[in-house]
Amino acid sequence: MKVSLFITCLSDAIYPRVGEAMVRLLAKYGVTLDFPDVQTCCGQPAYNSGYWKEARETAKTILHAFEDSDFVISPSGSCTGMIHHYPKLFEKEPEWLDRAERLKRKSYEFTQFLVQVLGVTDVGAVFPHKVTYHPSCHGSRLLGVKAEPMELMRHVKGMELVPLPFAEDCCGFGGTFAVKMADISGAMVAEKTDHVLETDAEVLVGLDMACLMNIAGHLRYRNEPVRVMHLAELLYEGVSR
Amino acid sequence: MSAGKAVVRPGTVKERADLALNDDFLRKAVRFTTERLRGGKQKAAAEHGNWDEWRERGRQIRLHTIAHLDYYLNLFADNARANGVHVHFAETDAEAVKLSLAIAERRQAKTVVKSKSMVTEELHLNAALDSIGVEAIETDLGEYIIQLAGETPSHIIIPAIHKNRYQIAELLSADAGEELLPDTTILAGYVRKKLREKFLEADIGMTGCNFAIAETGSMVLFENEGNARMVTTVPKTQITLMGMERIIPSWEDLEVMATLLPRSATGQKLTVYMSGITGPRREADQDGPEEMHIIIVDNGRSLQLGDPEFQELLNCIRCGACLNACPVYRHIGGHAYGGTYSGPIGAVLTPALQKNVAEWDDIANASSLCGACYEACPVKIPLHDMLVYLRRRKVESGHGNRMESAGMKGFAAVAGKATWFKGAIKLGQLGQKLVVRNGCIRIKAGPLKGWNSYRVTPSLPKQSFRDKWKTLSGEVQAEAMPLSAETRSRMEQLVREREKGGGGHGGHA
Repeated sequence: MKVSLFITCLSDAIYPRVGEAMVRLLAKYGVTLDFPDVQTCCGQPAYNSGYWKEARETAKTILHAFEDSDFVISPSGSCTGMIHHYPKLFEKEPEWLDRAERLKRKSYEFTQFLVQVLGVTDVGAVFPHKVTYHPSCHGSRLLGVKAEPMELMRHVKGMELVPLPFAEDCCGFGGTFAVKMADISGAMVAEKTDHVLETDAEVLVGLDMACLMNIAGHLRYRNEPVRVMHLAELLYEGVSR
Repeated sequence: MSAGKAVVRPGTVKERADLALNDDFLRKAVRFTTERLRGGKQKAAAEHGNWDEWRERGRQIRLHTIAHLDYYLNLFADNARANGVHVHFAETDAEAVKLSLAIAERRQAKTVVKSKSMVTEELHLNAALDSIGVEAIETDLGEYIIQLAGETPSHIIIPAIHKNRYQIAELLSADAGEELLPDTTILAGYVRKKLREKFLEADIGMTGCNFAIAETGSMVLFENEGNARMVTTVPKTQITLMGMERIIPSWEDLEVMATLLPRSATGQKLTVYMSGITGPRREADQDGPEEMHIIIVDNGRSLQLGDPEFQELLNCIRCGACLNACPVYRHIGGHAYGGTYSGPIGAVLTPALQKNVAEWDDIANASSLCGACYEACPVKIPLHDMLVYLRRRKVESGHGNRMESAGMKGFAAVAGKATWFKGAIKLGQLGQKLVVRNGCIRIKAGPLKGWNSYRVTPSLPKQSFRDKWKTLSGEVQAEAMPLSAETRSRMEQLVREREKGGGGHGGHA
């Protein structure tokens, strides 16, 4: 059984701690992740901006990297969601289309894999803090990952989970949107941050480092000391106490 | 410029958005009302109980109708003509305007009372009527306010959403020639009294059309103020303008639409007035027009037929739910989109109706692709995907931004090969030393200018994940627990199901 880690470029370059938490946590359940070194980026920046030729070139590295894997696990609903776009991306290239369909079927977002495949909802974590959760759009809306993180968080002992007002609203990241439409994106992240602060939470948790980097960046810009974590990190920290 | 050509507001979507972002009144007013409508919709959908099933029914009805649009349009036209309606087809906006003006001239009309209609906004019909000396009077409260202000609607169903009641009181006071208090009852009371006279003296009543029923040739209007009922009963002539895609096959299908539309639009279980009109006044009728015209407008709609990526756009029932759910619309309002239709539907519809002309396509960039529009849509139009297709068509037609094109080529070169990708991370780790202070990057220049105007960028750690992996993998191998037999067999089962074509576990609907 080959279970591979699709690290995503953000976690690879900026947040290796998220990948490490995932690897160590899954090992507790007998899943030793494999890491194909030839993987790069899912190609979403090019795909969403309309540069599909470039997106295909990038996507091929991912299709190649995970060819032999039985399961592919990623710490991002958005990058997993991008893999769901691969069949559309390769609709006119039959040989790649087939590989794209196969990769789509075996790709899982981290909490999906934990809950749906491993059947784990209680990792035995203790985390005595006030926490609020931002459900990222692509994971929750497009992949439908809604119940899994809630189940996992519900079982964390000592943790007070405060609902985030207007939680389902986009944080304003949107990839190149944050660069091209910087002022609209800025207004969106400012509002999201206001809501995070309203909860009085010490920790903001989520499932996508892109969104979390956006909100964390704005929190830091405003000198607000809210700690921002991926749920994998929170769970791993909670079992390592 | 012909009367019908779309008016492009000056500047780019970005410039127009900046105007809105600096207008606190607008942002507060838009936030307030979209929140109320969105909350109402969510509550109504939850109370309905089988919302998603009904959405799917609605989608199927629309998919079927649009797939057989020629058939249903002919059926509708035949039946409407049998009812005594003059049915006209207008291929372009200019033709629709010409047809409308010809009727007004023949009837020697001085005034036209109008109920709310987005298609007449699309045609800029008020200005055209004015050019031949016919006064057009909007009778929907929001439209009346917008007309007084000399503006266009900034929302599909709430035209004056960007104004608060103080601004509205100011406009209406100027109209009344006396000071009206900013109290909704007083303001609505003033407009009601004023419009009553206009209804009585109008020569023509002009309407849009929410649904056209093919099986009986009837047209159906949904409204809350009763003004559309006045428009369709008092004047001697009625002109209805409808987009060619407004058709549904039967009254039975209307039940589904009447369930979806008001709930999605405002959270109402039922609209206050729903009028079904089947032809002009008959002898036994108490009221109604003596002469009735229906102008069926194409104006770019048929361009979507047979386009697998955009045909579903014609399924739209104009409820405005995508606007209310959109986090971008919430901050910039409708005028920033620059066209008649705003919000996510406008961002797709405006370029699509213009044959995806490149100069329109920058509106497609005003979205973070969060999918809230798709989730809110009562007929499940994948607007977030269509926005990406628009961007792709722009690039493929050679109209991509040059800097961005170069950047994307670079991206593909780096991300297309793991060695280059690793090299880029290394380069970043080294190169950032010039700009990192206290573990973060604050410089507001180059590609980081926009981003860092609102955020602080984290620096790259010394070791990337792939750098760490060499030691991490060994450590994890040593400390890993065995995989339980039960889990292993579940995983093997999943792999087998997948090979048979199953194994779905959530994903794009």
